[in-house]
Amino acid sequence: MRRRNDPSAGGHAGDQVFAGSLTLFGGGVLVVFGLIVLVCVQLSRPAFAKIGFFHFLAGSDWNPVEDSFGALPFIYGTLVTAAIAIVVAVPVSIGLALFLTEMAPARVRRVVGFFVELLAGIPSVVYGLWGLMVLVPLLRSSVQPALGKAFGFVPLFSGPPLGLGYLAAGLILAIMILPTIASVSVEVLRTMPSSLREGALALGATRWEAIRMAVLPYARRGMLGAVMLGLGRALGETMAVTMLIGNQPEIHASLFAPGYSLASVIANEYAEATGAIHPGALTGLALVLFGVTLLLSASARLLVRLSTGQLRSAA
Amino acid sequence: MKEQADPMAAEMPRAVARRTPSPYRWRRATNAIMTGLCALMVAIAVVPLISILYLVISRGIGSLSLTFFTHLPAPVGETGGGIGNALVGTLYIVGLACFIGLPFGIGAGVFLAERGDGKLGHAVRFTAEVLSGVPSVIIGVVAYGLVVMPMHRFSAIAGAVALGILMVPTLARSTEEMVRLVPRSLREASLALGVPAWKTSLFVVLRTSLGGLVNAALLSVARAAGETAPLLFTALNNQYWNFRPDQPTASLTVQIYNYAISPYEDWHQKAWGAALCLLLLVGLLSLTARALAGRRQTGPA
Amino acid sequence: MTTILMALLINGAGATFPFPLYSKWFNEYNKQHADLQFNYQSIGSGGGIKQITERTVDFGATDAPMSEAELAKAPGILHVPMVLGAVAVVSNGVPDGVKLGGDVLADIFLGKISKWNDPRIAALNPGVKLPDTAIAVAHRSDGSGTTAVFTDYLAKVSPEWKSGVGAGKSVKWPVGLGGKGNEGVTGLVKSTPGAIGYVELAYAKQNALPMVALKNADGQFVKPSIESTSEAAAGVEMPADYRVSITNAKGKGAYPISSFTYLLVYKDQGDAEKGKALQGFLWWAIHDGQKLAAPLDYAPLPKAVVAKVEGTVKSITVKGAKSDLATAK
Repeated sequence: MRRRNDPSAGGHAGDQVFAGSLTLFGGGVLVVFGLIVLVCVQLSRPAFAKIGFFHFLAGSDWNPVEDSFGALPFIYGTLVTAAIAIVVAVPVSIGLALFLTEMAPARVRRVVGFFVELLAGIPSVVYGLWGLMVLVPLLRSSVQPALGKAFGFVPLFSGPPLGLGYLAAGLILAIMILPTIASVSVEVLRTMPSSLREGALALGATRWEAIRMAVLPYARRGMLGAVMLGLGRALGETMAVTMLIGNQPEIHASLFAPGYSLASVIANEYAEATGAIHPGALTGLALVLFGVTLLLSASARLLVRLSTGQLRSAA
Repeated sequence: MKEQADPMAAEMPRAVARRTPSPYRWRRATNAIMTGLCALMVAIAVVPLISILYLVISRGIGSLSLTFFTHLPAPVGETGGGIGNALVGTLYIVGLACFIGLPFGIGAGVFLAERGDGKLGHAVRFTAEVLSGVPSVIIGVVAYGLVVMPMHRFSAIAGAVALGILMVPTLARSTEEMVRLVPRSLREASLALGVPAWKTSLFVVLRTSLGGLVNAALLSVARAAGETAPLLFTALNNQYWNFRPDQPTASLTVQIYNYAISPYEDWHQKAWGAALCLLLLVGLLSLTARALAGRRQTGPA
Repeated sequence: MTTILMALLINGAGATFPFPLYSKWFNEYNKQHADLQFNYQSIGSGGGIKQITERTVDFGATDAPMSEAELAKAPGILHVPMVLGAVAVVSNGVPDGVKLGGDVLADIFLGKISKWNDPRIAALNPGVKLPDTAIAVAHRSDGSGTTAVFTDYLAKVSPEWKSGVGAGKSVKWPVGLGGKGNEGVTGLVKSTPGAIGYVELAYAKQNALPMVALKNADGQFVKPSIESTSEAAAGVEMPADYRVSITNAKGKGAYPISSFTYLLVYKDQGDAEKGKALQGFLWWAIHDGQKLAAPLDYAPLPKAVVAKVEGTVKSITVKGAKSDLATAK
């Protein structure tokens, strides 16, 4: 009689089933990871068998007609656009993070914080749309001609102003990784014990000096982690880059030139690669991208963890 | 002898301030410059956002109409038609993805919260963190290999698998955080009353963190709804309405991409309109998540 | 509403070259047969060939006929010619009808001629004011039948192109921006001042882009049009499997970069309903569908070819059994 409504019924067996299911779910995450590695390795095997791993990485020829594939132009394009993104985004997001945590009154903080969250939520394809319709014409008609006139002798700024290319893709990436770097930096700064800052202020430092002497040295490691997270996102971003980079698998010195990134070529060519070598080569590129973002993501999170953990124990 | 720099100089009356020694004036100037620079950074960060929002709203709103929401696309080069199938398609694919990603992600998160302190827990947590940084296009390739190739066709379910996998890592981590927020006293009280551990976890702890879980779920759904790359070679696209999971399906994001890179002015207009729809959808999900988070904070302690 | 839910969905993918026409065709056909929905994704000829080889779609579409190697992977596949189209060379900021020779065109795409007012271009266009702008080359970034046709032509008229770059659906472009699909290239040319690109005629016309008059095998400068396309196909020796190239064709008014475009279907269809639907559509396309070609600037199939294709369409079997169409007429 008591059994039906007795909350203490169904004890031990239920515990085991529950624990078991949870472990299954948890293990499932590891399985997903394993699947990604497995599928990518399996699909890319024919390409590596024919071309050789190091030849593939160092080759700069991408010719599906001759089944000759080299990853270098894409690695180059990915790195260049990510570099532009970092150079532009880091000062802006660190400044933004400092402003939000150290300088702004609460109301401004909430409004700006809300805007930054909005930025983070905009889908990549919408960034690409805006980039195509606004950023590229702007670059083509004003920015690139101006830069070309002023610094045209530098190879970085040579060539015709096409609008599309490394610069456009790099700038849109900068805008996209801004919220990532800023929000993680804010997180890192917030977990800092205020005693450090207050101590500096008590010794007569101005607000900026307090930041420079007390806050930044301790937050440096975590901010580096934030930057690395942003970098990871920049390396893997697909749609906005595909729409703005110009889709030319060549290595060019000029930032105005069109290029190609790892993620873009996979998105563009995967649906229609024929045979086993072409899709294999594309999957090989995916493997390279996977490896790099994995390494970066792991190190970044370790850094952030170390930074916030360390600060908590220093308090 | 030089006067010691006086930090109280800022508070003094003007006459005294004029006598402030120059090192202090330089430090104050630096402070002002750096503060100004940081404010400038905020302005730089906000400008593109405002531009995007303004353009999406101003250019997109012109495309919105009943036809836009309910009609299929017109043939290439002709004006008229709408994105009805793409809108429904996104809801459909993301809905299917929820069936895969939500239980998996929340389950993994509960695992991390309840039993995540051992070696397996650490491994899973680290893997989840690292997986959340994996580019979505790679997940698309995996879904292609796992679903499209054996099935021999592009399908909504392939797209759903890709999006579902994408949801899991971030959802697992946020779920873990939400569940860990539930105070131990609640769990211990329930156990003390004789409720079995598994019932405690499910009906006491999880139920308390429900608001937070819904928050996390909505945010991951919002992210999935905005994805394009994985869908390009899993769900592909479809010019018609589709409710069958084993057929290609249109989606808002893929449609925006196709329209944006096309040369037709009419399609560009539609792209802005579709972008507006997408932002509204994502915004609605995020706002609902926020509202629930707010309520949770004032809920049971 | 029930028709929408109960409709038979037939999936196809492939060339962007005929997409404006196919899009119209499928729309019209669906109006006449509400229970049949043809879902066509224009992802490029390369994609079309891949998908039909792996049978992830019910039919493929390509402008470039499949190679021997590709055919070997898809035994029993049929090329069914649908319509004729022209690859127009379009530009931005240059007067319509500017004359170019095949060798000059190849050198532009090789990057050797980099400005519109280059002496070699000016020599062909006396009296025409050519702008002093850089030529921004636009090409395809995806595997494209249009590219195959275009590079096939360039290889025929420029030995340097043939040995340096070659022909094919996807080549190593020496210079230029890459666009996805005919739509992407049209978009690039339309928005980039000084651009030059190659797109199907329908896209050029729909977007009012200035076109180049190319020197053909007979030495005449010809702009792409229905007439010049038809003339290019007029003298063709059509092989049994229809895999033929008509670039640089002889004929005074022939446009040198013309091409047939094909639907790819398996001779033996595994699904009875889909097989019947496909066969019915193909029959409609080579007869009634041809009337819709001209308004969209595609040239209809020559009558001799239609007669041959009828036989091919009739030969489609379902699980080995002959179709009703074969036994009917």
